[in-house]
Amino acid sequence: MNFEELVQEAKKEYYSIFQGELPAILIGSATCGISAGANEITKVIEDEITRENIEARIIPVGCIGSCYAEPIIGIFKGKKEGVLYGPVNKNLAKKIIKENIMEDKTVKENILGTIHVNEAGTGGSFFESDFMRLQSRQILRRCGLINPEDINHYLATGGYTGLLKALEMGADEIINTIKKSGLRGRGGAGFPTWLKWNLCRQSNSQEKYIICNADEGDPGAFMNRSLLEGDPHSVLEGILIGAHTIKAKKAYIYCRAEYPAALKKLKKAMKDLEKIGLLNTEIVIKKGAGAFVCGEETALMASIEGRRGMPRTRPPFPTTKGLWGKPTVINNVETFAAISLIFQEGVEQFSSMGTESSKGTKTFSLVGDIKRTGLIEVPLGTTLKEVIFDIGGGIKNGENLKAVQIGGPSGGCLPASMIDTEIDYDSLTSAGAIMGSGGLVVLSDNSCMVEIARYFLEFTQRESCGKCVPCRLGTQQMLLILNDIVQGNGNPEDIETLHEVAETVKAASLCGLGQTAPNPVLTTLKYFMEEYVEHIMDKRCPAAYCRELMHYFIDKERCTGCMACLKACPNNAIVGVENEPHFIDQVKCLKCGSCMDVCREGAILKVPGPG
Amino acid sequence: MKRRMEIILDGQRIRVDEGKSILDAALENNIYIPHLCFRPGLDAFGACRLCLVETLDGRLVTACETPVEDGMQVISDSDRLNRIRRVIASLLINGHVGDCLKCPRSGECKLEDISSYLGINDEDLTKLREFKIDDSIDDSNPFFLKDNGKCILCGLCVQSCDIIGVNAIDFTFRGAKTKIGTFMDKPLIDSICVSCGECVETCPVGALVKKSEKPSREVKTVCPYCGVGCGIYLGIRGDRIVSARGDPENPVNNGRLCVKGRFALNFVNSSERLEKPLIKEDNEFKEVEWDEAIAFIADKLSKYNGDEFAAIASAKCTNEENYLLQKFTRTVMKSNNIDHCARLCHAPSLVALSESLGSGAMTNSINELKKASCILAIGTNTTETHPVIAYKVIEAVKNGSKLIVVNPTRIELVRHADIYLRNKPGTDVPLILGMCKAIIEKNLIDHEFMKKRTEGFESFKEYVYDLEWDEIESITGISRDKIREAAILYASSPAASIIYAMGITQHFNGTDNVFALSNLALLTGNLGRANTGINPLRGQNNVQGASDMGALPDLYPGYQSIDDAREKFEKKWNCKLPKEKGLILPKIFERACKGKIKALYIMGENPILSEADINNVEEALKSIEFLIVQDIFPSETSKFADVILPACSFAEKDGTFTNTERRVQLIKSAVRPPGDAKPDWWIICKIAEKMGVPGFEFENPREIFDEIRELVPAYGGMSYKRLENGGIQWPCRSRDDPGTVFLYKDGFTRENGRAKFILPSFRLFETPDEDYPFILITGRSLYQYHTRTMTSKIKGLEEFKDWKSLEMNPIDGEKLGVREGDFVLVKSRRGSVKAKVRFNEALMEGVTFMSFHFAPVNRLTSSVRDPLSGMPALKVSCVDLIPQ
Repeated sequence: MNFEELVQEAKKEYYSIFQGELPAILIGSATCGISAGANEITKVIEDEITRENIEARIIPVGCIGSCYAEPIIGIFKGKKEGVLYGPVNKNLAKKIIKENIMEDKTVKENILGTIHVNEAGTGGSFFESDFMRLQSRQILRRCGLINPEDINHYLATGGYTGLLKALEMGADEIINTIKKSGLRGRGGAGFPTWLKWNLCRQSNSQEKYIICNADEGDPGAFMNRSLLEGDPHSVLEGILIGAHTIKAKKAYIYCRAEYPAALKKLKKAMKDLEKIGLLNTEIVIKKGAGAFVCGEETALMASIEGRRGMPRTRPPFPTTKGLWGKPTVINNVETFAAISLIFQEGVEQFSSMGTESSKGTKTFSLVGDIKRTGLIEVPLGTTLKEVIFDIGGGIKNGENLKAVQIGGPSGGCLPASMIDTEIDYDSLTSAGAIMGSGGLVVLSDNSCMVEIARYFLEFTQRESCGKCVPCRLGTQQMLLILNDIVQGNGNPEDIETLHEVAETVKAASLCGLGQTAPNPVLTTLKYFMEEYVEHIMDKRCPAAYCRELMHYFIDKERCTGCMACLKACPNNAIVGVENEPHFIDQVKCLKCGSCMDVCREGAILKVPGPG
Repeated sequence: MKRRMEIILDGQRIRVDEGKSILDAALENNIYIPHLCFRPGLDAFGACRLCLVETLDGRLVTACETPVEDGMQVISDSDRLNRIRRVIASLLINGHVGDCLKCPRSGECKLEDISSYLGINDEDLTKLREFKIDDSIDDSNPFFLKDNGKCILCGLCVQSCDIIGVNAIDFTFRGAKTKIGTFMDKPLIDSICVSCGECVETCPVGALVKKSEKPSREVKTVCPYCGVGCGIYLGIRGDRIVSARGDPENPVNNGRLCVKGRFALNFVNSSERLEKPLIKEDNEFKEVEWDEAIAFIADKLSKYNGDEFAAIASAKCTNEENYLLQKFTRTVMKSNNIDHCARLCHAPSLVALSESLGSGAMTNSINELKKASCILAIGTNTTETHPVIAYKVIEAVKNGSKLIVVNPTRIELVRHADIYLRNKPGTDVPLILGMCKAIIEKNLIDHEFMKKRTEGFESFKEYVYDLEWDEIESITGISRDKIREAAILYASSPAASIIYAMGITQHFNGTDNVFALSNLALLTGNLGRANTGINPLRGQNNVQGASDMGALPDLYPGYQSIDDAREKFEKKWNCKLPKEKGLILPKIFERACKGKIKALYIMGENPILSEADINNVEEALKSIEFLIVQDIFPSETSKFADVILPACSFAEKDGTFTNTERRVQLIKSAVRPPGDAKPDWWIICKIAEKMGVPGFEFENPREIFDEIRELVPAYGGMSYKRLENGGIQWPCRSRDDPGTVFLYKDGFTRENGRAKFILPSFRLFETPDEDYPFILITGRSLYQYHTRTMTSKIKGLEEFKDWKSLEMNPIDGEKLGVREGDFVLVKSRRGSVKAKVRFNEALMEGVTFMSFHFAPVNRLTSSVRDPLSGMPALKVSCVDLIPQ
C-alpha cells in the first residue's frame, strides 16, 4: 500500500468511530485520567457491556485538557453528535451505558458538552464552553480524540503529511518555512527555531544529532507528558523533519523515567512508524534518572553520553558543539509538535495566531487555587486575566487572586495587579517572570508569598547539580534565610542579604537553572515586600499560612459546641463544654489543624500572628 | 605558528596566542584574576565563577573559558565584579571547615589567596547563615587523605582522575550536599582508585593532601621503578626523602606519576639498608672496612679466570655502572659471561627485532602513542605495569584513537578498547598470523612499502595463505570474523602502533611471537613513520641501558658483536679480549650447578626469586665458590654471598638511565648514602684497581659516560650537559643531532637496509591435561615491584591488592569447591606452593594468576627456554589446584 492508500484506509477506520454503526466510548486514559480513576471506569464499562451483551468499541484516548472534570468519557452513537461527560463515577458510568447507549437518551448529568468529529474538523458545544472558548487547540488538537497507540488515527487526521512535504523540500525551504512561521522554542527561552536549525545545518561536520528534550521536571507542569501521551506521533514527525533538515545521524528522545506511559506510547509509535516505512532516521529513547537539571540542554547531553548530568558553559552552543562534541539541535517536545503542525496545516495558520514577536499558541498547565484546572492551549498574547478568569473560571471558594506563579521554579510571581500582562516571551520577561515551559500556578490570598519563594528555593536547591558555587551555595543560603523568616527567626538585615545573594546567583551562575533560581525570591521581594517585612518585624504571616506565625481561633458566633474539635485535638488544647463555644489554649496548641478539618460549622479560623 | 592576538585588559594592551583564554592571557602577563577551578594543563571547568570578567557590552563571562579575540576589551576588576566575587568567596568560606593554621595546604591554598585578595572580613561572613558541609575525612588511603570539609568542589581532582582513565571519583549527590566521592561513597581504599595521587597534586586547597612530610628542598631526577622513566622532583628534608612529584617539564610523563613513583621512594631511607661491607666468616657476616673488602675480593678473584667467572649486571643500575661491570668482566676477568635480567623480559625482542628490523628497542616514542590512529596493545597489562604509558594510551583513545586489546585476561585497558580479542594463553602467533592473513585477503597491504623496504614478503605470503582459518579459530578460541575485524581496523588506520610486553616475550616461543608482530607491522607499512611502530615496553628503569651498555654475553656496548668489533674494543681498552661468546643468565646457573662457574659477581639483582624454576638457582648459588653480591638491601640472594657490598641507591649517585623509548636521562645525587655505602661504579673501579688492571681510573660518572660516547655511536652526540633537560633519545650521533624520535625513517639498520619477514613457528610448551588442568599466568601488580627489594620497605603498599594470592575465576572456584580466602596447594611439574584464593572475574575460566612478587611462585615455573633467546617460559605453566 502506498501512503495515499494507507491514509484512505485509516480515515475509513478512524471516522467510523464517530459516525459508525457501532457505538464508541472514548475514555480519557492519560496519566491524569488514570489517576482520577479512568481504569476503574473502563472496567465498569467493560463489565457492563459484557453483561448487557452490547456491541460497542472502547477507545482509550489522551487528555482533552479538562483536568478538573476527570475521569472523562465521550459517547458516540450513530450520526448524532457525541456527548462528553465528566467527572464520571461508577454509577454515572453504568447509567450512561444504560441510558445513552442502550436507550439512546442523553444523561443530563455532568455533561461537558457535545462533540462532533469528521473530516472537515471538530466542533460541538464543548468547544464553546467557558473552559474552551478562548482556547485554540492546535498542538493539542488530537489529544483526547485519537487513540495515541493507533497510528491510523494519526494518519487519518493529516499525520505525516508534514513529513512527506518536508522530505520533498530542500533544507533551505524547510528553514524558510519555519522562519516564516515565527516559531520560537517552546522550552522556555524562546530562541527562534529556524535559526537554531540553520546554525546546526551550517556547522561543518559529517556527524550531527537531533535531540527531543522531554525531561519535563517543573513542579506542576505536565504539558509535555500530556502531549506525548495523547499524540506521540506529532512529536516524532517533528523530530524526523528536523533530522532530515540538518541531516542528523541519529535522533534522541530524552524522557523522564517518571513518565512510563509516555515512554510506552512513544515506543509503540516508533514501532508502528517503522512498519509503515517512514522511520528514516534512527531514534533512540534515553530515560532520565530523575535529575531536574538534566532538562538543561548541556546537562542533558552529558547524561546521554553517560556522564553525570552537569551543565557546561555556553558558548559553544550545541549547534556547534553538542552531543559527543558534534553539532546538535535540541528542542522541546512542544516545539517538535509545532513543527509537524506547521508542515501539516500550513505556515499561515500558525503565524496567524499570536503576537508580532511571539507567534502561534502555547500550552500551559493551569493549576492552583482556581476553579477549572487543566491543560490549556491559548494563542500567545492572551492575557493572564483571560486565562485565570475566563478559562479557569476564577479563584475557587470565593477567595481573591493574589498572584500568578508562572514559569515554574525558574519563573516569578506576578501580583494580581499585573494580570493584564499578555502571555508572550517578551512581556513576561520584562515583568520579571519567564515563559518557562508553561507551568501556571494561580495563588489566592490564602497563599504566603514568602513560603512560595521558600518552596521553590527548596526545590532548586535540592536539584542544583552542585557544579557552580553561586547555585550550589547561594540557593542554599537563600533557603536557610527563608527557612528562618517563615519560622519567625528572620532579622531586618536578611532582606538585604537575600537581595545580594539572589543578584549574585542570578548574575554569576553557570546555567539557566542557577541564573533563574532566584526569580521566585526576587519577584516576591519586588511585589510582596510588605509580606517579608511583616514576617520579620511583626512575626506575623498575613496569609496565616506559616505555622509559627499564625494561630487557630474559634469563632464564638459560629461554634455550636459540638465537641468534635475538642475530641480531635491531639494535645487537649481545646477546652469547653457541650453546646457552649469552645476555646483554644494557644500555649498548648500544636497548630496541627485537626480541629479545622473536623469542624462542620466553619468556626475554626486561621489568624495571622503567633497568637 | 599561532597567530598573536592583542586584547585590552583593564586598559592594558597584552598579547597572547590565538586560542588562549582571557585567563591564560592574564596569567601569562602576570596579572592575577581570582580563580579556583582552573589549573594550567587541564580543561577550563567554569565552576567557581570567581574569574568572571566584564566584556565591553557589560556581559559577564568566565575568563577561564572565554577565548581571546583580537581587539577584545575586558574588565577584570570593577565594583560589580568584586561584589559578586565577594559573595561567592564568602559562601565558600562560610561552608569551609577547619583552621587554616592546622591545614597542610596553608601557604599554598588558593582559597586563602582569594580571601585575602578580596579582603573577606567578619562582616561578610556573619550576615550569612552558618552552613557546614559534610566534613568527614577519608583517611583510608595510606598515602593521602581526603578531607571533605575543606573541599570546594572545583572538580580538578575529578578531571585529573578522568584524564588517566581511572574515574574513581566524581561529583556525587546533588544540591548543597554535593561532594566528591567514589562509587557508592565507599572509602577510597575500597574503590577503584589506583592511588596515583594525580588528584592530590591538582587540589588547590587542603581537601586532598599527602600524608607525608613536606620537603625542605627538591632534586630533579628520574624514577627508579619501571622502564617508562618518569621525571621526578625528589622532596628531601634533611637527609631523608619524604616526597616526590612529577616533573611537569619532563617529556615522558609531563608531571604525571603512578603510586610507586609518587609515594614509594622512601625505601631509600630504610633502616634496613646495607651500610658496611660484609664478609662471611664461619657462616656469619662480619662488618669490614672497604679496604679490607676490596683487598679480599681482589685476592679471591685473581684466582679465577675466564670461564670460571660470571657477572650479572643490573637493570636498576646506571648505564655507567653497567658499562663498567661488563668492562670489568671482559678486561679484568677475561670473560664474556655477563648478562642481566633482560634475559627474563625482552631478550626475545632483542633477538627478533634485531634480526627483522635491525634494533631491539622501541621503534617509536611514548608520546607518539597519543597521535596513533590505532593502538594494538597485546600481551601488556599496561595500567598495572607501565601506568604512565597507559595514561597516554587512554588519552589517545579519548582523542579518537582506536584501541585493540589482545589479552587472555579482561584487563583494565579493555574498558577503553574498541575491539577486545581474548585469546587462549600462549596462542599469539596464530592470532597475529590470522590478522596477517585477513590483511592479505582484504589486500590491505602496503605494496609500495613491501617493494621498497622489505624482503621475504612473497614467502611469508605463501606461508600465511596456507594457514587454515579453522585451525586458527580452534587454537586461539577467537572467531575469524573477530580477527578480521581487528586486522581491518589495524591495517586501515593511517598510523597504527603496537605496544607489547611480557605477555608476548615470556613464552617458550617468545621470539616467534615478536617475529609475528614485526611481520604484522611490516605488512601494513607501520614502521619508519611517526606514530606507528612496534614497541616493546621495557620493564626496568634501565633495562634498555643495561643492554645498550653491552651487559650481554655476545655483544659489546652499542650492540657491537664480539666477533666483528673485538679489535675496536681491544684497541680502546688496550688489552686482549676473550673470543668465546659468554653464557646467558640461565646457563650461568646451570653451569654453576655443574661446578664450572666458580665465582659470580651479582650487582643489584635478586635471581633467587626472579629466575624461572628457582630450585635450580638455589642449587647453583650453593655450588658457587665465591659469590659477591652488591646491593642496597640484604636480599634472599645475599644470604648465599661470601661478600656483600653496600651500594648507593638511585638517589645517592649521579649517572644516566635509558628508558623504554631509548631516552637517556640524567639522575642526580640527592641525599648522602647511608653509612659506608658507595656507588656501584666506584666499587667496580676500586676492585679493578686493586687487581692492578688499568682502565678504571674514573673520578665520576661523567668521565665514564665520556668513554661510553666514544665507543657507542648511538650515544656519540650526548653529554651530561645536553641531557640536562628531559634527556635525548638514541641514536644521537653528533653534537648537533637532536636524537631520534622514531627509528628507520630512512632505512632499516640491517645490512641491505631492508626489513625482513621471518616465518615464526608456533608451539606450546605445556597444555593443560588431566594431571595439571589449570593454566597459571604470572605477572606484576601495580602496587609491588619485582622481587619487592624496594617495595617491601613501603608499608603503605601492603594495604593494596593482595599480591600473595592465587587469583581465579569464581566459576572455577565453585567447581573446585573453594571460596575466597581458602587456601589451595598450587602444584606444577616443578614444585608446589600454598596460596590463598582470590576471585577475579577478569580471568578466563581455567586460567589462574599469581604475581611474581610472591617469592615462591617461580618454584612452579619452568626453566625450559625459548631456543632463540634463552627466555624461560615464565608466563604460562600448567598447574593443579588442591584445596587445603
